[in-house]
Amino acid sequence: MNAAVASMPIPATQRWWQRCEDRLDLLSPRLNPLRHLGSIAMLMFWVLLASGVYLYAAIDTSVSGAYASIDRLSREQWWLGGILRSVHRYAADLFVLCTLLHLLREWVLGRFRGFRRMTWWTGTALLPLLMVSAIGGFWLNWDQLGQYSAIATAEWLDWWPLFATPFMRNFLGVSSISDRLFSLFVFVHLGVPLLMLFGCWFHVRKLAQPIVWPPRALGGVMLSMLLLTALSAPVLSHAPADLARVPVLPAFDWLLLAVHPLVAATSATTVWLALLSMLLLLLALPLWPQRSPPAVAEVHARHCSGCRRCVADCPYDAITMTAHPQRPGFALAVVDADACASCGICVGSCPSSTPFRSMARLVTGIDMPQQPIDTLRRMLRERLQAMPPGHRRVVFGCDHGAPVGALEAADVATFSLICIGQLPPAFVEYALRDGADMVLVSGCPESGCAFRLGQRWAAARLAGERDPKLRAAVPASRWATVWAGADGLAQVAAALDTLQQRVAREKTAR
Amino acid sequence: MSMRPARWFGQILLYAAFATVIVVFSQWPPYRPLAPDQALLKISFLHHGQRLQACIEQTPEELAKLPPNMRAPTRCPRERAPVTIEVDLDGRPAYRETASPSGLSRDGAASVYRSIPVDAGAHRLQVRIRDSARDGGFDHQRDEVVQFAPLQVRVVDFSTEQGGITIQ
Repeated sequence: MNAAVASMPIPATQRWWQRCEDRLDLLSPRLNPLRHLGSIAMLMFWVLLASGVYLYAAIDTSVSGAYASIDRLSREQWWLGGILRSVHRYAADLFVLCTLLHLLREWVLGRFRGFRRMTWWTGTALLPLLMVSAIGGFWLNWDQLGQYSAIATAEWLDWWPLFATPFMRNFLGVSSISDRLFSLFVFVHLGVPLLMLFGCWFHVRKLAQPIVWPPRALGGVMLSMLLLTALSAPVLSHAPADLARVPVLPAFDWLLLAVHPLVAATSATTVWLALLSMLLLLLALPLWPQRSPPAVAEVHARHCSGCRRCVADCPYDAITMTAHPQRPGFALAVVDADACASCGICVGSCPSSTPFRSMARLVTGIDMPQQPIDTLRRMLRERLQAMPPGHRRVVFGCDHGAPVGALEAADVATFSLICIGQLPPAFVEYALRDGADMVLVSGCPESGCAFRLGQRWAAARLAGERDPKLRAAVPASRWATVWAGADGLAQVAAALDTLQQRVAREKTAR
Repeated sequence: MSMRPARWFGQILLYAAFATVIVVFSQWPPYRPLAPDQALLKISFLHHGQRLQACIEQTPEELAKLPPNMRAPTRCPRERAPVTIEVDLDGRPAYRETASPSGLSRDGAASVYRSIPVDAGAHRLQVRIRDSARDGGFDHQRDEVVQFAPLQVRVVDFSTEQGGITIQ
């Protein structure tokens, strides 16, 4: 469990991405958009719904009235309708951008296999709905951009021999387009996003306490950004649609409509094949052969008290309770192996993981076979005994955060856990009582935990805000936390120095 | 602490860059579906070809074999002829297509759609359509000089009510 022994190898691409994220933690990880892409996308979804309700109330859903009703918003009611219209468009752009970056991030970080595969599949299935929702919005504002997009979409859809009457025939002339077709546009632009909302529920269903809102400050920044862009570059209509002329498009939304020029530059066949192949590839990614997955959490029935803390703390809802087979009236934790992330956060939550138990071999209620809690206690004891008195520093870290193993020295004992949430807080007190001068706990940055909630739970347990709590009697001057990413070794080293100086000052004062 | 202002500046710069990406690529660069000196010729029809076989008078013996509710005096085979269209632009072939009737019984309408960019100006347009089972020749023809304004869309269609091939 010493860092040099226990660290799981993390692919270079993942390290690279983590470094990029760490470097963009300029003020706080809470303000770094890269760490909150999914929740920013969800925030944009709500903005789209809210602004869309107003626009829907204002739009005249007929061929002859749609353009004028939307254009009037921008010209006669710019201070509300015009702003909301621009916010609606920019929120859609931001939604698409954040969703694609979210997909890229999860792919680079390898978060699509095993217990995450269902979340990956449901997320991937949302992509076509997102595309339909985004493109369909342009048709409602029946200007030349809407005309171009509707015709380009119809030509693209007609590649499939699905319609007895080619869809494109709806756009041959003024007489061929009807209000009924406009009702279809409205249905697409309202129905598909609602379907997407339902899909989002499936997408986060496998997550405990899904984070669907960005941190308040970041959410505020994003909303302010939308408002500022809406005011500084308001979205205006092109000329009204005219089916007798090819549209002129001085402004083109490449973030939402790029597929049309792509079809024009290649062919409908090429783009359909490319998109469908990409979609199938994304769906097949979780099935790609991988190294044998790590062992999942193991419940020891004799030591499980049925307290449910592991259920409350598991980030992936992988633990449920059942009737204890040996102790009537008690419950027993059961691990769903398919959903278990092997993060060990449940071990840190288990009251039986306290190292103060007197048994020679520490067996807890729930444990990780690859890093048993007994091994941590044994190695901690051995290292403390081997270090010179008065120079005993202990650092607990995690495999996904700063590589604390690099700090290993004669007077520094380092332990890298699977996730810092795996550390029962009582180990801090145990180390101090067993001779350590100070204890530093390090983990992934806030909002950057590889297992979603490990850092959050560890910080809350150590702060005495969440069970199992670190006892208040433990001298706060002798332990500290530092949350640093893969590139944050210097930050951890600096935190250790600061802690050492604090302990030294306290000794001198005594 | 001295790094703090720099970090604030960096954070603001990061958000500004994010917003710039959104604003810029939601409007720029402009896109031209067609060069300004071109026009578009759209060729499209949704047309039922003629029936391949004429209706047949059923004999009393044939009618007797049928259930009472199905004893129609004539039987009309449903399959229709494919529709062939040829379009020449300034004497050169611009489009050739034979569209099959839709439907499992091949009794539905045949349809085609194609858009062809053309230089703005006057062009001689010859359109020929065959919608019967005849071996050669065409059932409908139109030959005229058509003026194309820049970016104008002109549509070649077929309408029985309007007397056959239409150019709008």
